[in-house]
Amino acid sequence: MASEKPLGSCPAYSYHTLLWDTLRLICTTTAVQRKNAGASGPEKYTEAFIKKQIEEFNLGKRHLANMMGEDPETFTQEDIDRAIAYLFPSGLFDKQARPLMKHPTEVFPEQRKIQWGEDGRPFHFLFYTGKQSYYSLMHFPNMTKSVSLLLTYIINLAGSRWLTKIELEEMLVEKMSDDDYSRFIRLLEKLVALPCADLEEKYIQKFSKEVPAQLQKVLIEPLQYDERGVAFSTGEGRRKTASATAVVYDNGTGKITVNGIDILHYFPVLQDREQLLFPFQFLGRIGKHDMVCTVSGGGRSAQAGAIRLASAKALRSFVTEKEVEFMRQAGLLTVDPRVKERKKPGQEGPRRKFTWKKR
Amino acid sequence: MLRSLQGLVCRSLKLDHGCALHTAARGGLSSVSSQDVPAENLRAVFHTSESDPAKHTEQHEGRLYNIPLEEVKAVFPHGLPYRFQQQIQTFNEARVMVRKPALELLAYLKGSNFAHPAVRYVIYGERGTGKTMTLCHVVHYCSRQGWLVLHIPDAHLWVKNCKELLQSSYKKDRLDQPLQASVWLKNFKSSNERFLQEIKTQKKYMWGKQESTEEGRPLGEVVEQGLARVRSASDAVGVVLREIKQQSHRGSFRLLVAVDGVNALWGRTSLRKEDKSPVSPEELTLVHNLRKMVRNDWSGGAIVTTLSQTGSLFKPSSAYTPQELLGKEGFDALDPFVPIPVPNYSPGEFESCYGYYLERKWLQHEKAHTEDGKAELRFLSGSNPRQLDRLAGPL
Repeated sequence: MASEKPLGSCPAYSYHTLLWDTLRLICTTTAVQRKNAGASGPEKYTEAFIKKQIEEFNLGKRHLANMMGEDPETFTQEDIDRAIAYLFPSGLFDKQARPLMKHPTEVFPEQRKIQWGEDGRPFHFLFYTGKQSYYSLMHFPNMTKSVSLLLTYIINLAGSRWLTKIELEEMLVEKMSDDDYSRFIRLLEKLVALPCADLEEKYIQKFSKEVPAQLQKVLIEPLQYDERGVAFSTGEGRRKTASATAVVYDNGTGKITVNGIDILHYFPVLQDREQLLFPFQFLGRIGKHDMVCTVSGGGRSAQAGAIRLASAKALRSFVTEKEVEFMRQAGLLTVDPRVKERKKPGQEGPRRKFTWKKR
Repeated sequence: MLRSLQGLVCRSLKLDHGCALHTAARGGLSSVSSQDVPAENLRAVFHTSESDPAKHTEQHEGRLYNIPLEEVKAVFPHGLPYRFQQQIQTFNEARVMVRKPALELLAYLKGSNFAHPAVRYVIYGERGTGKTMTLCHVVHYCSRQGWLVLHIPDAHLWVKNCKELLQSSYKKDRLDQPLQASVWLKNFKSSNERFLQEIKTQKKYMWGKQESTEEGRPLGEVVEQGLARVRSASDAVGVVLREIKQQSHRGSFRLLVAVDGVNALWGRTSLRKEDKSPVSPEELTLVHNLRKMVRNDWSGGAIVTTLSQTGSLFKPSSAYTPQELLGKEGFDALDPFVPIPVPNYSPGEFESCYGYYLERKWLQHEKAHTEDGKAELRFLSGSNPRQLDRLAGPL
């Protein structure tokens, strides 16, 4: 690998050139964009340019693998990301602002190649409509006429959705209007409703995406039993900077202990005790469970909120699935995302500006 | 909001110390209209018609007994917690709950031998569990039995927030507190009128250059002297205490020394002399004399005291045991004593208190009448009497 490029005898020089080559690859896009900021329209990358970028990327990948002491043949994109994060550590919050090294097809947006030949005649027959890929899509010629209407079944579109307008534009590399997009979706719906839809399932699936979020199921842990035979379950919760663990025991009298102290002494304020009461009251199990919690960090309210979340999570094991769903809708099982907002420079606080003085 | 509204309509009650000890049983008022028939049933469960503490036994435990209002004025000119006084005004009756610690104390008192030196009882417990109300229950019993009751409502008032500190004329290094002494003398006089006529002084006392009280004069004169000449009020208090102590073992009367917040006598004070140096409790005449009272070198009575963290100075709020609150000095001075712990409400007592509030229509919220509401109240108050009272206020 070292023979591909003539390197100086000094190892520092080789390191330097390797680094700067990869750096060039990384920073080219930004440099190019900066120079042509005032240019009209988006950047036009020629095919030759893209090909050269791909070559340089592969070369740089091999150099990087060599630098990190890994095998260049089996150097994946994940390894590249890790290596770059290691070599160029960045404290920037925005992940997209950090140094990155990716395949040029991911970095440079897809662009239309020249649509006509040397004689000026366009390749595609629908070129003069202006939206050739859109109309070619709408005009769907591959509809095989199926004879048997008996084998009809509806394609399962339950856990999927159609592509959004932006995703479709990306796919076709062509702008379209909202009207066009809605016409396209209507066409797809009609296609799905037709009896012979199952044969074209593969084609239709190109335009649908699975919605994975609903399919995530949270595992509810089963009850555990301690040496006395009493059922108990644990839960953890966080709020702001406080974190709490709660162990809820069955067959109790409603006694709650926090860090070894009774709640009446640990939370003298009524509001905190009401927060602790909420999960039990919601399920109607106020005097039925005992609870032992440990909590640390945060302030008085944050600790109360953390214990509330922990106890709600622990109570899931004692309760039917329907009630778990009710709890989730009541907001007992959601982690509260509110944290202290960062102070910005030029302002006194996160939102408060300095006193405005007229002169 | 609701609290202020209630304050406008009927003064909302605040119990400073102790639980809602309610004295049950209206003897004459039990004839009721038809609407109160269900209330009668409730009353039967939570109330007793036994208004004499001498006859209270375990079967009355958890029930509320009534003290007639005239008796309240006579027996308790001072000494009831502020919130309880407001409750009396709102409900127009004084109801005290009979609880186990009080019954225990009463049993001890009934069985004590008055020839022996006075036994000291220390009532202790966490904040708001009912110590002061237990003390008041015992005071009521003793006054019914005809004892001479020496009730100091809150010893903490004597060691803090004193506007005037005079140098004592009797002893040079002691400090007098004329205001506190005169207030106490007034209340003492109103609660123990007949004794003041019976007890005679045994020595001649000089008040300053001209005035003096001869030997053999009734103690009432000493009290009058103290009230008239405010400067010598603290000395008058000292004289009263000493006379009573000396004569108690003779047997003509029984003496009950009831001190609330006895840990104030051995702590620190927040008072300062003119040169900004702190005052220690021994330098106060009142405290000095009271300490002598609390010593068990006399017979013919009993000493019942309460520890209190709420008014105490320089003590952490989590301290409630005798060791912590009295300190080494106080503990040694009070040792040996009979400790009487006062816990939070038991489930039965909680039911009783809740039922009383419902019956008196103190809980107006519609959810408060349900079982869930009761469970919620129980959880949020932790069965602590004071918390329950504060919670029930705005409801």
